[in-house]
Amino acid sequence: MKFVDEFRDPAAAQRLLADIEQAAADQPPRKFMEVCGGHTHAIYRHGIEALLPDSIELIHGPGCPVCVIPMGRVDDAIAVAEADGVTLCCFGDMLRVPGGQSTLLEAKARGADVRIVYSPLDALALAERTPDRQVVFLAVGFETTAPSTAVTLVQARERNVLNFSVFCNHVTIVPPLKAILDSPGCDLDGFLGPGHVSTVIGTRPYRFVPEQYGRPLVTAGFEPVDILQAALMLLRQLADGRCTVENQYRRVVSGDGNRKALELLREVFVVRPHFEWRGLGFIAQSALGIAPEFSAWDAELRWEVPGVRVADPKACQCGEVLKGALRPWECKVFGTACTPETPIGTCMVSSEGACAAYYNYGRYSARTRLPVHAAS
Amino acid sequence: MCVGIPAQVVELAPSGPHTAIVDVDGAQREVNTIMVDDEADVPLATGDWVLLHVGFAMSRIDAAEAAETLAFMRELGSVYDEEFEAFSSDLP
Ligand code: SF4
Repeated sequence: MKFVDEFRDPAAAQRLLADIEQAAADQPPRKFMEVCGGHTHAIYRHGIEALLPDSIELIHGPGCPVCVIPMGRVDDAIAVAEADGVTLCCFGDMLRVPGGQSTLLEAKARGADVRIVYSPLDALALAERTPDRQVVFLAVGFETTAPSTAVTLVQARERNVLNFSVFCNHVTIVPPLKAILDSPGCDLDGFLGPGHVSTVIGTRPYRFVPEQYGRPLVTAGFEPVDILQAALMLLRQLADGRCTVENQYRRVVSGDGNRKALELLREVFVVRPHFEWRGLGFIAQSALGIAPEFSAWDAELRWEVPGVRVADPKACQCGEVLKGALRPWECKVFGTACTPETPIGTCMVSSEGACAAYYNYGRYSARTRLPVHAAS
Repeated sequence: MCVGIPAQVVELAPSGPHTAIVDVDGAQREVNTIMVDDEADVPLATGDWVLLHVGFAMSRIDAAEAAETLAFMRELGSVYDEEFEAFSSDLP
């Protein structure tokens, strides 16, 4: 259990908690979903759930891009990595994501040339340095990451680097939110909106949440006091009978988002008619593919990918966790067969996944009423 | 991987427009600044702070926000360590 006096601004946290207590006392129990994996991690790391009144429950949403990659796509990436002359570059988080047969890490052990990069631009630079190799960048991520892939593709075209291509798995944040709101029995009362994704798309795209689904949404920063403040803003909206998009994270997020990033997304990508999400199934118009103007750099066109849909393992309940229907520790294999070293499901792979966050920091988060230290 | 990491600009345009060398905790690397160059009324200058994500400056932040975020990220543990390790790793 972390105590408030370990926060960097304990007095502010203390005040917010008192206000939250008061606001929550006058209303029925509330369930809020935090959409972003960064929030999930921060919430567990700081034991925020245990500080909140019992009547407020935080549900962990689908906002970890690694956690939502379906097994079939991992198999496709492995197939590309094992093709002749290919060097596959990816972010470190992707190495342990289980496919139907194996992981990229295991493919690497079998001899595939799989390398970790920090940036898609590193993959492009590698392609230019090794003209005899076909360098493929395995792109994952929400709107935060997709503009970086876009810039890389623009540069590949400008410099005519033909031994470079992108295996594109970029996804967008709004369609899965819709899918969750549409799922039967959805009893969420409000949303903590993602912080850094919103630096790209702004707050406008979230308007459908209050307008069509009657739930408030507050975009929030990542610090404990940001999360507490956003929760308070949600409670106040509900108490006042208001329902709108508010922005707690004004110091970084604007209403309009980043003009250049959005322009790049429009130039380089097209919206796919549908895309499979781990645990959520196929969601219409939820992912980005590479636009025809850049098809020469589209790895899916350059290599045969099996494109086979692989059902999630029976024991795996990631889908329920991603929808917030199940808490991580309620999954039967949590912490036994499924651990960060030997993940069965993707939520255990990335440190931003709900299961890994709970596995690492769960001891802080037990939902027991512990005294909150007075701020010093 | 969705959390931006604060970085300070130490050199502008080392490889032409929209590039900068930034510093994170003493480690330095060239990054792309196209997304903040376009937004800015005032051009990026050395000493400025940006939020960095996969080698790209995503937004400008003030020094106070950068200090807060850095302190907070260090508390976050593994997420910061992973980002920092990736940032300071050599090219593949
Ligand atoms: S414990 Fe493992 S299998 Fe179960 S939901 Fe979490 S990641 Fe998925």
